[in-house]
Amino acid sequence: MKRKNSMFKRTALTMAAACLVVSVVGCGGKKEDGVLTFTNVSYDPTREFYAAYNELFAEHYKEETGKEIELVQSHGGSGSQARSVIEGNDADVVTLALAHDITSIEKAGLIGEGWLAEFDKNSSPYTSTIVFLVRSGNEKDIHDWEDLIKDGVEIITPDPKSSGGACWNFLAAWQYAKTQFADDEIAMKDFLAKLYNNVLVMDSGARGATTTFVENGQGDVLIAWENEALLALEEYPEQYELITPSISILAEPSVAIVDENAEKNGTEEIAKDYLDYLYTEDAQRLAGKHYYRPSDEAILKEFSDTFDLSVNLCTIDDFGGWDQAYQDFFADDAIFDEIYRK
Amino acid sequence: MKRAQIKKRKSIIPGFGLSMGITVAMLSLLILIPLASVLAYSFRLSGAEFAELMMRPNVVQAFVTSIGCALAAAVLNCIFGTILAWVLVRYEFPGKRLMDGMIELPFALPTAVAGITLTKMYSDTGAIGRAFEKLGIEIAYTRTGIIIAMVFIGIPFVVRAIQPVLEKLPATYEEAAGMLGASRLTIFWKVIFPEIRPALLTGFGLALARGIGEYGSVIYISGNSEKNGTQVVSYVIMQKLNSGNVDYEGAAAIALVLLILSFVMLFAINFIQHIASRRTNV
Repeated sequence: MKRKNSMFKRTALTMAAACLVVSVVGCGGKKEDGVLTFTNVSYDPTREFYAAYNELFAEHYKEETGKEIELVQSHGGSGSQARSVIEGNDADVVTLALAHDITSIEKAGLIGEGWLAEFDKNSSPYTSTIVFLVRSGNEKDIHDWEDLIKDGVEIITPDPKSSGGACWNFLAAWQYAKTQFADDEIAMKDFLAKLYNNVLVMDSGARGATTTFVENGQGDVLIAWENEALLALEEYPEQYELITPSISILAEPSVAIVDENAEKNGTEEIAKDYLDYLYTEDAQRLAGKHYYRPSDEAILKEFSDTFDLSVNLCTIDDFGGWDQAYQDFFADDAIFDEIYRK
Repeated sequence: MKRAQIKKRKSIIPGFGLSMGITVAMLSLLILIPLASVLAYSFRLSGAEFAELMMRPNVVQAFVTSIGCALAAAVLNCIFGTILAWVLVRYEFPGKRLMDGMIELPFALPTAVAGITLTKMYSDTGAIGRAFEKLGIEIAYTRTGIIIAMVFIGIPFVVRAIQPVLEKLPATYEEAAGMLGASRLTIFWKVIFPEIRPALLTGFGLALARGIGEYGSVIYISGNSEKNGTQVVSYVIMQKLNSGNVDYEGAAAIALVLLILSFVMLFAINFIQHIASRRTNV
């Protein structure tokens, strides 16, 4: 009997020890050698912009405080990045593709209500829009949304059910149909059904769609973020053309402090400074250089060679905000499912 | 007293408490607790909601695609895996060691890298895809593409299962059969195949299970189109998690069904193997 007992004890002890090892390994310090580490969780296409902005901000921070700061960036699909923060990724600030993803972090209780008004311009220091990228020569003669439904046009756009960027694409097309068919819903759905019938490959995210179009040479037209399209033009100047449609949507990537984490890490002030600094002239110009439309009107005009400022832009408010738009368009059996199954 | 004696007899080899403790702790931390949480999450759905979710056309289709493609890939893997293992065991040739090492590459390579590379090769602008396109066969962005990705990730399971059995099988068996007048085909079916069958079944089961749950390598080559039936189950689960309306319960419910299906299939394979081995031993 005694023997059995000690055996049990030893088994339990080992289990406890194993648990301890796992939990110790899982811990990490936020501060190392007195240098503060600060994490910005962002989405895919901002990688290059934030790499440059972090250098700018680190300099600014050193001037102000005389201290070094280590800025960590994390990139991925906007929705999955939001989920990672909800599940415990220790982000001090989030800079995501759409307000809705930040709202879901708010709903999880990590960000205080009213974050949208915390910074200027709906907390969107830079904006973008949805454009078309076509292969040089524009053989299929694509100039506006209506050209996308022609027979034989092959479209590349990601899946709105798994990619935030793809939702913007869908809504931009919807807005075009709305103006074109004067709110006739049947005609509008028909238009979208034809458009999505021409979609050749539906990747799970915006970067994946760009890879399919650019690297794998699939399709005639990529419906893309303006900043991604301009980046592709810069990398392959002779191979692509950018087409701005007559109507598009103002994509407002939002930024917010993750209050809960910042409080815990003692980085609230830095977080506010980090996001405020995005609105300074230097940072706005940097955003413009990385093909994001600066939200500062005067600086936006400086970049009128880069951006087509004549495009007619609707906003997410025209759809009643993201929550409403999700319910109406992208939930199970909502409009997207309906037109895609046609 | 009697129980203690039994205990004592069982633990002649020292270290039972230590190794069992580690085993139980690791199993719980890494497998049992996470799986239990999947179960807990999916139970938040009511029975009706669960049934409705499973009957959705895209979910049903994803299961058909995943299981169908994984079955096809596992069968292909058994055929080519056996040939591969045969070549590696029975013949001597330069570069044999290298080839043997290469078998494990699909294990080591990040699946996303495999997926992107396969897509590039097999799309109609890629080196291999272009040739097939001339014959009118599309590979990337179809179910054929999914099968190819699953063959890629599944082949090591079959080869590594069969290799040791073939190595232990003395060539004298075949020689004896040959001297008794058996044709080459008869030798394979009557002498070699029964020996490797249990290992082949194991390899088949592992490759099948891996294929059904595969995400990384499949996701790029499949094109994820509901219309073309190229959404796999793991993609539908990710859709639930990545969309603006994160749906943990739905994702967990689909994952649970996937888990049960894989478990049933593995169980069935083990059962067949058990029956077969009893028959040969008697």
